[in-house]
Amino acid sequence: MSASLLILIPLLPLIGFLINGIGFKTIPKGAVGIIGTLAVVASFVLSVMTFQAFLAAGSQPVIVPLFDWITVGSLNIPFSFQVDQLSLLMLMIITGVGSLIHIYSIGYMHHDEGFGKFFAYLNLFLFFMLLLVLGSNYVIMFIGWEGVGLCSYLLIGFWNKNTYYNNAARKAFIMNRVGDLGFLLGIFTIISTFGSVEYLEVFSKATDFEIGDPVIIMITLFLFVGAMGKSAQIPLYTWLPDAMAGPTPVSALIHAATMVTAGIYMVIRSNVLYSLAPSTLEIVGIIGAATALFAASIGLLQNDIKKVLAYSTVSQLGYMFMGLGAMAYSASMFHVITHAFFKALLFLGAGSVIHAMSNEQDIRSMGGLRKKLPITFLTFLIATIAISGIPPFAGFFSKDEILAHVFEHNKLLWVIGVLGSLMTSFYMFRLLFLTFFGTFRGTHEQEHHLHESPASMTIPLVILAVLSALGGFIGVPEALHGTHHLAEFMSPLYDASRMVNPEAFLPTELSHSEEYLLMGVSVAVALVSAVVAYVMYVQKESVPAPDSQPKSALQGLVYNKYYVDELYDNVFVKPIKTLSNILYSFGEFFIDLIVNAFVRLTQFFAGLLRKTQTGSTGDYVFAMVLGIVVILFWKLLL
Amino acid sequence: MIPNPNIPEVNIPAVIQNIPLQHYLILSTLLFVIGIIGVLTRRNAIIIFMSVELMLNAANLLLIAFSSYRSDPSGQVFVFFIMAVAAAEVAVGLAIIVMIYRNTRNTDIGFLNKLKW
Amino acid sequence: MLTLLLILLPIAAGVLTLLSGERLAKQVALVSGLAVLGVAIATWLQFDPAAGTQFSFKYAWLASGGISFAAGIDGISLVLVLLTTFLTPLIILSAFNHDYRKPASFYSLILFMEAALIGVFTATDAFLFYLFFEAALIPVYFLAAIWGGENRLKVTFKFFIYTIFGSLLMLVGLVYLYYQTPGTHTSEITAFYALQLSKQVQGFVFWAFFIAFAIKMPLFPFHTWQPDTYTESPTPATMLLSGIMLKMGVYGLIRFLLPIVPGGMETWGTMAMVLSVIGIIYGSIIAIQQSDMKRLIAYSSFAHVGLMAAGVFSYSINGLQGALIQMLAHGINVIGLFFIIDIIYSRTKTRYLDQLGGITQSTPHLSVYFMILLLGSVALPLTNGFVGEFLLLSSVFQYDGWLGAIAGLTIILGSVYMLRMFQKSMFGPRSKWVEGFQDLTMSERAVLLPLVIMVFWIGIYPNTFLKLTEPAVSQLLQMVNN
Repeated sequence: MSASLLILIPLLPLIGFLINGIGFKTIPKGAVGIIGTLAVVASFVLSVMTFQAFLAAGSQPVIVPLFDWITVGSLNIPFSFQVDQLSLLMLMIITGVGSLIHIYSIGYMHHDEGFGKFFAYLNLFLFFMLLLVLGSNYVIMFIGWEGVGLCSYLLIGFWNKNTYYNNAARKAFIMNRVGDLGFLLGIFTIISTFGSVEYLEVFSKATDFEIGDPVIIMITLFLFVGAMGKSAQIPLYTWLPDAMAGPTPVSALIHAATMVTAGIYMVIRSNVLYSLAPSTLEIVGIIGAATALFAASIGLLQNDIKKVLAYSTVSQLGYMFMGLGAMAYSASMFHVITHAFFKALLFLGAGSVIHAMSNEQDIRSMGGLRKKLPITFLTFLIATIAISGIPPFAGFFSKDEILAHVFEHNKLLWVIGVLGSLMTSFYMFRLLFLTFFGTFRGTHEQEHHLHESPASMTIPLVILAVLSALGGFIGVPEALHGTHHLAEFMSPLYDASRMVNPEAFLPTELSHSEEYLLMGVSVAVALVSAVVAYVMYVQKESVPAPDSQPKSALQGLVYNKYYVDELYDNVFVKPIKTLSNILYSFGEFFIDLIVNAFVRLTQFFAGLLRKTQTGSTGDYVFAMVLGIVVILFWKLLL
Repeated sequence: MIPNPNIPEVNIPAVIQNIPLQHYLILSTLLFVIGIIGVLTRRNAIIIFMSVELMLNAANLLLIAFSSYRSDPSGQVFVFFIMAVAAAEVAVGLAIIVMIYRNTRNTDIGFLNKLKW
Repeated sequence: MLTLLLILLPIAAGVLTLLSGERLAKQVALVSGLAVLGVAIATWLQFDPAAGTQFSFKYAWLASGGISFAAGIDGISLVLVLLTTFLTPLIILSAFNHDYRKPASFYSLILFMEAALIGVFTATDAFLFYLFFEAALIPVYFLAAIWGGENRLKVTFKFFIYTIFGSLLMLVGLVYLYYQTPGTHTSEITAFYALQLSKQVQGFVFWAFFIAFAIKMPLFPFHTWQPDTYTESPTPATMLLSGIMLKMGVYGLIRFLLPIVPGGMETWGTMAMVLSVIGIIYGSIIAIQQSDMKRLIAYSSFAHVGLMAAGVFSYSINGLQGALIQMLAHGINVIGLFFIIDIIYSRTKTRYLDQLGGITQSTPHLSVYFMILLLGSVALPLTNGFVGEFLLLSSVFQYDGWLGAIAGLTIILGSVYMLRMFQKSMFGPRSKWVEGFQDLTMSERAVLLPLVIMVFWIGIYPNTFLKLTEPAVSQLLQMVNN
């Protein structure tokens, strides 16, 4: 595999960004979409070629150095790429799903005046995302890490006339920055501990450390704070639901399939460090489980089609971290992949619905769309089944693998996981039934406009539907007499971890019958929820109450997202604003008071002394004579 | 009378010797003190000016006296200078006083206290 | 000789500008500013980082006292000279937007300022350094006092007294050090380096220098002159103050405080470090609620310089290199931001965020430049701010983990106030103040484009500049550690 081809993978989207970004006024609309999409598709093709070359070359990690970026003293941070199993998998997801979403966007954004800008931003996002996964050290990862945050900011606030959208964008950026600070501190600790930031060097040096070394725990905790921000985990998750202010393809690409999984990528990338820090993993697992349950419960009562999906994303990310907490790195990666397929599909399907409904997002005004939008309905159905974990669709395999590992690791977390899975299935089917079944509840005008989306939008839906349906077969568990291709492929990544913490990588102790039981439980739970949802929303045709109707205390609590936003507002935002005002008015005044005290002191003495200037000539002459006399006495007598 | 070792001994006119040096000293001190008192107590600018002149002349007298007693002419040269400068100073000083008088109809120095804080 | 040329050329250019009359002054000033930049670039091309202080000259000045007119350029000087000469023509060009009265005096003062600044950064004699340090104050005082806003006289007077107070303390320190030199005394800076002072004496000298430089930068709590002065001064003077003059303080820390009184640093360094970190947080928090954009950037500048100082006080190679690269980055970003505020102000006649909004709808170019400079300022990777901030924060973190974490809050708070400013001015519904807002003119783009190019150059390939300063910095650190 030649280095120049690899460089082209991130470079092509960057070039696409530059062309569309600089020429956004002059390039015709048709060309913009083609340039933007072509850049990503070409990247995808190159990624596939790289993948094949990698396999052909014997699956060894390859470092492609470009230039020395920052050199200070003994610290050298090269700008270089690393190709291995993990970065290749991420490459395939990012460019693959990215290509589909670009194609979709051509149709979806067609009427928007910021069409060129939109494609430029999307390409820029892909550039940074590819840097994130391709970099061979933590600082390059950090470039991508912050860069995708920027693009997320730009795209959430894409329609920047709306102040609410802008606030959502700003919130996303700032919350991510909180995480980024943690990440940065992690990098600093890595630098002072290992003297380098290159993955290979850090990991080989890390093997000398004992399990549970406080420095390693500190590093992993710091890095995990970064992951909390980027992957929307408690307590830094509130930006993601607000991020739905962006155009729907953005939600699909950035806030579901790629960017938010960066945290999982980072943990898997640093698996050596995390395997050395079981106590950190414990925290990761607990936070993941808590997020999975918490977000799922909020999703139960949301009425905005995208908000439901957003909370579902947060919850699914929680599952991935739960898997990481149980050291099921491959299982989490598996879920990243399948989630990318079905969640992108769900968002794109939602986009198709919103498109058809003339920008209506409230599911209370939808209903009965399955006849008008057959392709959207069918694909959405597949994705719903997949995310609910009903076999043989993709979500079943990945989620089940995570839950099996968690069961082995900690039974309580498993219970939480199953509970979350129950809720997931319920709110997803609730969403499906309310949107596509029953009778239409929107305005007459909306009904008149209903139409299936153009081919550029439905083709990506179909492709993603196929992937959501069949994607799970890359990792069929042994208990079902399949081979886990993905786990085998990723296995070399954990060589070092296996060396430092061999106990964590023992083959599973679960017997096949136990595994069947676990699978049975989760499938049963999903099916029961689906049936309950069917009874409630299709047979009884109940519709969530309008906002004006009073809610019970518990319902109100959940509907208002447990008032976490208000909590943050009162605990962080308002006090800092108040502090700012106090410091500006009082603090500055106080410091100036001290400065002015010196001024006053000088003025006071000046005031005393100037009294001697009477202006009367006689006084001056008298002073003069007196002075002469004094001098004479002093000189002559002393 | 203190002999000056650097200056060759010459005859000092007897007329001058008739009055001892102390008398010159006392006279010029008196004149000087009168001048100071005048400057300090009077408020009329012209009288102050005259008092200043008196002080100058007291100094001149002393210079001449010493110059004669010591047969050193440089003292008298000084006096010529002082007289010349004083003449100029009187001219300027009086002119200023005249200008002040024209503007204020007054030569009282207490009246001019613009420099007061 | 290049050094001498660098100092004299702006003076000559300033005189020429004065003589060229009111109509031609602009153009003459711009061309001569570019000529000085040319000389600086020629110096850069001939510069050998490994060779220590170069292009030195030395003329007897007060020969009997061992005081000479001596200057030379090492890596640290070079980057700052490059910064000064790069920014001055841009500052001159940025003033073309306005019709300042008495343009000949206005532009010649900028050039005189440039000469003084180059003198500060190149002087190798302590008294010459002091001379230029003070001389730099004069042009900027007049710029602020004659062409400034409503409260200009009161504010510039405060600024003047404040800084002169600090400078006089430094003079006391310099004179003391001068009398400590062996033999017939000399005021060469290298001779000061060789002095062996008792720890107590070092403490006093530390304070004399520290207060002088802390006022100039400014550091908390010596900063109260700064927001008012930045706000009231005409934009070119604000640019000179924040973009370049502030660096005199940091440069002084690196050139004087660190190597001359390492013992004093040992005793008082932690205190200075804590003050710097307080300043970072204090400035950032105040910036969050500012409504006047100029004042907002003033406080952000105050926060940024706190971080530079903290890096210097950590006396590690990361800290010093970070401070140097951050000086470049900050100079570029802050000048760009002040210019953009000036553009907005000159078109809308307001700088208040409450009154602005929706500018981006008619100004794609302005938005892009604004965004890039803003990103540089909030230290997004691949822009210039990141390299400096990364190195500085890592040095502070290594000095003390807690301080590093607190200082690191700047990356959160920085994005809070910067994005707030961007959102309130550029985004949202269009305010009535921005009716008919025109996009950038050619001359405005000519100012912003070089700045943006430098934002990316330093961000993507900082080694160009890091390599220049590395030998000088490591030599300095070696001296300190011995």
